[in-house]
Amino acid sequence: MMSESQPNVGNAAFYMVLRRMRMPILLLIGSYAVGIVILIAIPGEHADGERWRMNFIDALYFLTYTAPTIGFGEYPYEFNYAQRFGYMPAIYLPVLAWAYSIVTLIGLIQDPVFRRTVEAGRFRRRVRRLADPFWIVCGCGDTGSMLVRSLTERGWEATVLDIQEQPIAELWTRDLRRFVPGWQADANRTENLRAAGLDHPLCEGVLAVTNDDHTNLQIAITVKLLRPQLRVICRAEHQSSADNMISFGTDYVVNPFESFADRLALAIRKPEMHRIYEWLSGMPNTPLFDPAPPPSGRWLICGYGRFGKAVCRRLDKIEVPYTIIEQAPQRAAAPPEAIEGKGTEAATLREAGIEYAAALLAGTDDDADNLSIVMTARDIAPQIYLAARENQMAHRSLFKAAQMELPVEPSYIIATRMLSLITAPLLPEFLRMARGFDRSWQAQLARRIREVSGGLVPEIWTLETSTEGTPALQELHQEGRTVTLAHVLDHPHHPGQPINAVVLMLVRPEAVVPLPDLQVALDKGDRLLLCGTPEARHQLEWTLYHHNTLRFLVTGEERPDGTIWRWLEQRRQAKPN
Amino acid sequence: MNLEKVVFGFFILLALTLNFGFVYGHIDNPAHHASWELFAAIVVNLIATALKFGERTQIGAILLAASLVADLQLIAAAVVWGVAVYGTGTGLTEMTMASIVSLAGGALVANVVSVTLLIIETVKIHR
Repeated sequence: MMSESQPNVGNAAFYMVLRRMRMPILLLIGSYAVGIVILIAIPGEHADGERWRMNFIDALYFLTYTAPTIGFGEYPYEFNYAQRFGYMPAIYLPVLAWAYSIVTLIGLIQDPVFRRTVEAGRFRRRVRRLADPFWIVCGCGDTGSMLVRSLTERGWEATVLDIQEQPIAELWTRDLRRFVPGWQADANRTENLRAAGLDHPLCEGVLAVTNDDHTNLQIAITVKLLRPQLRVICRAEHQSSADNMISFGTDYVVNPFESFADRLALAIRKPEMHRIYEWLSGMPNTPLFDPAPPPSGRWLICGYGRFGKAVCRRLDKIEVPYTIIEQAPQRAAAPPEAIEGKGTEAATLREAGIEYAAALLAGTDDDADNLSIVMTARDIAPQIYLAARENQMAHRSLFKAAQMELPVEPSYIIATRMLSLITAPLLPEFLRMARGFDRSWQAQLARRIREVSGGLVPEIWTLETSTEGTPALQELHQEGRTVTLAHVLDHPHHPGQPINAVVLMLVRPEAVVPLPDLQVALDKGDRLLLCGTPEARHQLEWTLYHHNTLRFLVTGEERPDGTIWRWLEQRRQAKPN
Repeated sequence: MNLEKVVFGFFILLALTLNFGFVYGHIDNPAHHASWELFAAIVVNLIATALKFGERTQIGAILLAASLVADLQLIAAAVVWGVAVYGTGTGLTEMTMASIVSLAGGALVANVVSVTLLIIETVKIHR
């Protein structure tokens, strides 16, 4: 039976109350029944000796005001002694039954199982009521909270699962733009993912960013089995988990260490391309991050864990020399020439040859150690290029104060990569193609992005031409007009002055064109990857939605607007024929 | 034998029999319908309702619904009685008595449904 195998969990709390309150309610009914019988059975006497009895209404009324309160007097007439004796149990019984009911109810409210059931029901209801597209965020640590904030700022909704109570409680205290339902539950369990909205028609995808690779893997498998069309973006810190996730179709896997190592190599060899990467995948509306290119001289790598290894692999590839400093070289399987030590002492750094090194990377998994390494290194060699891994967002201000050239924030790296994947699914493809071009092309693109962005990280968005999304374009096409990119990027109020946006890529079934020529005509079904200011984005959306604006940009003529004027215009045009 | 089941069956059956006892007689003759019996029927029906709380099976839900219907009808009958006798002072005319008894008769149908369901469930378990 459906109802037995899959109980409606949303109402579970209600049924719990009913079941627990069964006894108190039975006692209440019983005590009232007995009380009423006693009240009616014992006759009273008027002053003149005439006998009277209560009727049902009198009896129920008398009990109603005596049982839950202290009562107010004898009703309807003064009682005799026989009545008073008899009525005492009739009053005490319901009072006791009420007390018992209230105690049971309070006990139930304090019962942790009950509270959890209530929370679960509330979470499910809230998720069910979501009316805008949303993402399920599993794990609400540094990365997760950053993702939730950015998603809500971009108009998405989010639901949050976290294994711990604290991050969920903090969701309530943060001033997010939208209400984000959160629940303290294990994302490993399918049922909990379902509660978070896996089956919801508006669910866009799942972001698995717990700090446990295995959990992320489990989430990815669950989603890909139950709703393969949903996008899953995973965090993975081990290459083996990442490969595993990719193997069954996880859409993207973000490995913070590999990501950073990749960027570092890029920054050393192709600083222009690195800039493009940073700018296109940064947190929008933060200042453009423009680091001095890291040197290609000898690097000191402190800590040869997953992070250190990833960096060393890339440095090998681009042939940059490095020296490893590792506390336990044997256990970390470091090459024999590695220096043993933490790197926090001057002696170790000197032994590793810091005087001749061009750069130092403090990459241990301990923030205090990393800061200490950086400070020591700066003392010995003030000119050295410093990079340090920041493990916890809580230490951000310390790392800022240390003023190193290249901070490494794994949670920030993951959050920004994931966000750019969410808002602009075409971006990875574009970046991959851009890497293939020469440095002058890349430098020109970087210059162009800086021009339009006004010093802030630009917004990246994807635009698809369709009947619903861009009706103005559709209408002009029906009139047989050609609409080029230059037309739509023009500003209707300042003709000849294009809006602050760059078309990074044009995707058609037959072609993918990076940085397309502005004279290219737009077609139905084209997908564009754009970057620019938020104002430019709104302007472009306006242009493509309002046919008068677009017609003005294309033909330079202004037409009467409004349904009646349009109708008159049609009649006027139809007449001569 | 399960004592809980005995109590459960007892109250559901008693609700039906008391209800029948009240309804039995000429519909408009107050002498055939005792107020005590209506009171007892209401109390036993309420108890039967409370006993069905928290059953999450499909049949349990219908049992609970039938009981709630019976409660509603019987309480409505009692209210009509009270209002007619003490509220408006109309007294137990043929008209009011008939409406009281027909309300209780509706409750009787709900109680018959309850008992039938109970029997069906019992038979199903035995098979």
